[in-house]
Amino acid sequence: MTDTAAPAQRRWNLHRWANPGRFLRLADAVLPWLSALTAVLLAAGLVGALAVAPPDYQQGMSVKIMYVHVPSAWLALFAYTAVAAASLVALVWRHPLADIAAHAASPVGAAFTFLALATGSLWGKPMWGAWWVWDARLTSMLVLFFLYLGHMALAGAFEDPARGRKAAAVLALVGFVNVPVIKFSVDWWNTLHQTASVMRFDDPAIHASMLWPLLVMGIGFTAFFITLVLVRMKADLLAVRARNLRAMRLRGD
Amino acid sequence: MQALQDYLAMGGYAPYVWPAYGLTALVMGGLAVQAVRRLRTHQRAVAALERESAGES
Repeated sequence: MTDTAAPAQRRWNLHRWANPGRFLRLADAVLPWLSALTAVLLAAGLVGALAVAPPDYQQGMSVKIMYVHVPSAWLALFAYTAVAAASLVALVWRHPLADIAAHAASPVGAAFTFLALATGSLWGKPMWGAWWVWDARLTSMLVLFFLYLGHMALAGAFEDPARGRKAAAVLALVGFVNVPVIKFSVDWWNTLHQTASVMRFDDPAIHASMLWPLLVMGIGFTAFFITLVLVRMKADLLAVRARNLRAMRLRGD
Repeated sequence: MQALQDYLAMGGYAPYVWPAYGLTALVMGGLAVQAVRRLRTHQRAVAALERESAGES
């Protein structure tokens, strides 16, 4: 990773992508398309969920909650995986954009973890008769929510911001063990939450008329997340630029 | 009219279904608005600083 590296190696050097100008140009090129795609997917998913998908033979119309609950929960895990991966890149290669990405993604992940918990609670009350139970899936999701909060708080908890961000990255990596625990919690502990219907090794255990709106919503939520993280990263990079410009003026150059 | 009322009643689950959708819309909308606002603020700040330094030199 030094300047003496062969050109072929340099081409694959991660730091090529650490250039904020390059990133901003790329983000500006994809953002209009990505936000349009997000809007189309969410609209189609919403129509599918609310107008097309049939009521469940056991749960009746309460199953409509699934179309916001399940994508929120998928995204909560996807966002945490993204935060952990970005933290690894930031720690190992000291990639500055990776650090910005991790901190742009984590409040969004926290928001979707909250949504998964809240919509789950609204679904649990009529189906299980309780807003909350200390079921393995629910408890491990609550732990995920606290991991997100810890990640957000740690970054600002040190006098030296670099140390805070390093501590947050370590927390994100250590906390990643919780992700497979959440995924397999419904298989390891046979408690109240139902097992996977879509992400399983055999065929989905859900009818196509319910599966397609769920998948469209899931992809729509993911597109929303990527769009939002790009916008947040752009804002963070501009904040750094404004700070640098002010510092230059104070120095008088 | 009756059909619409039946639909909105969600088979008796309206008090659970509509808050779930409302909360999701609120959180996602809030995230989007906050992100765009923050971007605009910083964009304006950078543009102003760049104008100033261009004017000085």
